[in-house]
Amino acid sequence: MTTYIIRRLIIALIILIIVSLIVFFAIRLLPGDPLIIFLGQQATQGGISQAELEHLRELYGLNDPIMVQYGNWFWGILHGDLGTSLYYHEDVGVLMGDRFPLTLHLGALAFIINIVVGVLMGVAAAIRRGTWIDSVTTTLANIGVCIPVFWLAILMIYLFGLKLSWLPIAGYTSPFKDFWLNTQQIVMPVFCMAITMMATTARLSRSSMLEVTRQDYIRTAWSKGLRERNIIMRHALKNGLIPVITLLGIGLGMVFAGSVFVETIFAIPGVGRLLVTSIFAQDYVVIQSGTLVIATIIILSNLLVDISYGWLDPRIRYG
Amino acid sequence: MTEKDITAEEFQEAPPRVNEWRRFLRVFLQRKIVIFGLIVLFLLVFSAIFANLLAPYDPFRGILADSLEAPSGKYLLGTDIQGRDTLSRLIFGTRTALMVGFVTVGIAGVVGVTLGLIAGYFGGIPSMIIMRIMDALMGFPMLILAMLFAAVLGGGIQNVVIALSIATVPGYARVMNGLTMSIKENDYIMAEQAMGSSNSRVMLRHVLPNAVPPMIVLVTLQLGGIIMAEAALSFLGIGIKPPGAAWGAMVNDGYRYLSSNPTLSFAPGIAIMLVVFAFNMVGDGLRDALDPRLRGIL
Repeated sequence: MTTYIIRRLIIALIILIIVSLIVFFAIRLLPGDPLIIFLGQQATQGGISQAELEHLRELYGLNDPIMVQYGNWFWGILHGDLGTSLYYHEDVGVLMGDRFPLTLHLGALAFIINIVVGVLMGVAAAIRRGTWIDSVTTTLANIGVCIPVFWLAILMIYLFGLKLSWLPIAGYTSPFKDFWLNTQQIVMPVFCMAITMMATTARLSRSSMLEVTRQDYIRTAWSKGLRERNIIMRHALKNGLIPVITLLGIGLGMVFAGSVFVETIFAIPGVGRLLVTSIFAQDYVVIQSGTLVIATIIILSNLLVDISYGWLDPRIRYG
Repeated sequence: MTEKDITAEEFQEAPPRVNEWRRFLRVFLQRKIVIFGLIVLFLLVFSAIFANLLAPYDPFRGILADSLEAPSGKYLLGTDIQGRDTLSRLIFGTRTALMVGFVTVGIAGVVGVTLGLIAGYFGGIPSMIIMRIMDALMGFPMLILAMLFAAVLGGGIQNVVIALSIATVPGYARVMNGLTMSIKENDYIMAEQAMGSSNSRVMLRHVLPNAVPPMIVLVTLQLGGIIMAEAALSFLGIGIKPPGAAWGAMVNDGYRYLSSNPTLSFAPGIAIMLVVFAFNMVGDGLRDALDPRLRGIL
């Protein structure tokens, strides 16, 4: 187990380094001089001399060889320095730190709903295979994975916000300030974030439970005369839900991807919205560090998932 | 008894010959929902090809006097702010969606399969390098990676295809890598190698053909996801640029007039859902017909 963990750790480290290379060089593909973009407003407002430009270029290290620039950037990241936003003129770490709790709040709620509802639906469909429960669940799950999140958000705004006036259509108030208002505000965003995940979870837990209920030891349990509830709860679920753990990793990616749309549409100042704003402001420092942070979080959580997976199902380690 | 009789008897005991193609069709068309998906896809391809003939109005140049019309006999789905007919734009949007989908799948599929084949066949250092890069790409949520590249390259149909290809290559590479590693273990591969065939011959003539059925399933299932991702990028405004007709951008354009003209946003969203649903269902059907063992894997 220890060698397995060490091996996984080393691989994760290598992957993280490649991720940083991808992010860094992708941004360097940007057409145009980052300095000109940075100076955008000032440059149009009037005179920055060539000498000053040259000076700034030197100051930001843009004259260094590209590998040196990468090294400096990476070294800074290792020391917790994510750079300074060109648009907000603020430290990217602080920017993301301010916005992260909001995304986490929505994402965690969406994830919990997803696990509870998705697993329940999937398991119910599997143990009642071929009945109406199964067909309803399968149909809902098949539709759920096809709904564009941004479209669902607009649909909900139209129905619950504009027509029925039940819920506010945008904004985010801290739950510590006004819990009731906050709850009203996040109902739609959380549901939109959860929908795709829920559908995926239901499909996965259904097929995984079907696989397990075909196993010999489940037949043995039946022939011992155990009650169905016992068989499902004590025997089938334990193994049937192991693959669902992988959803922790996938779900995190879905949370971040979903946050991009949900936060943009519902005007919630979270990480996803920050990314979109930065893309339009061509704030490459935020794009660069933001995507790196997101990828790092996902890779590290996938590492945890892999390790716990190997611990729960020892066959994996030798596979 | 003559020798001939014995062979005749043996022949009768042999299992009945099943026409492989017929068996495929029987399983494939077994579920009604798959047939529904096929019909939807057929209609989509049809309207993409004959968009010029089917669209009642010019999708790019509107009649300003008819701006923001509600659905009526004249404009079945209403018009947008520039007086462009929503239905015509939807029909032309099929072209955008299918083109982005097929071209992306083509590029990403060829690159991904090649990388996966090389990594899986040779193992060792090539596999290490290729698969770790793929793992790194998979560390990003697919959409965020596509966003990163679309933002850097600057939108437009060509750049959207590139961005989405980069984002989907690792999926193909990973599946192909796994397939190659398992196919490689077969005796006929060893026999071929023992006969002195070159690596490229073994890879192209023996490994690749055996990987085709699962790859077809993967491609079909991915098409829906790619079309959805293109819509998402266009919705954010970093995908297909106006005046191009893209469903995602149409949802966003219509959003501003949600309270007065909800069809502007609703209609393209339903189109996106239908396409994704159709590709997923046909993909499921193909999987069951081509290789049921893939259930739960793809």
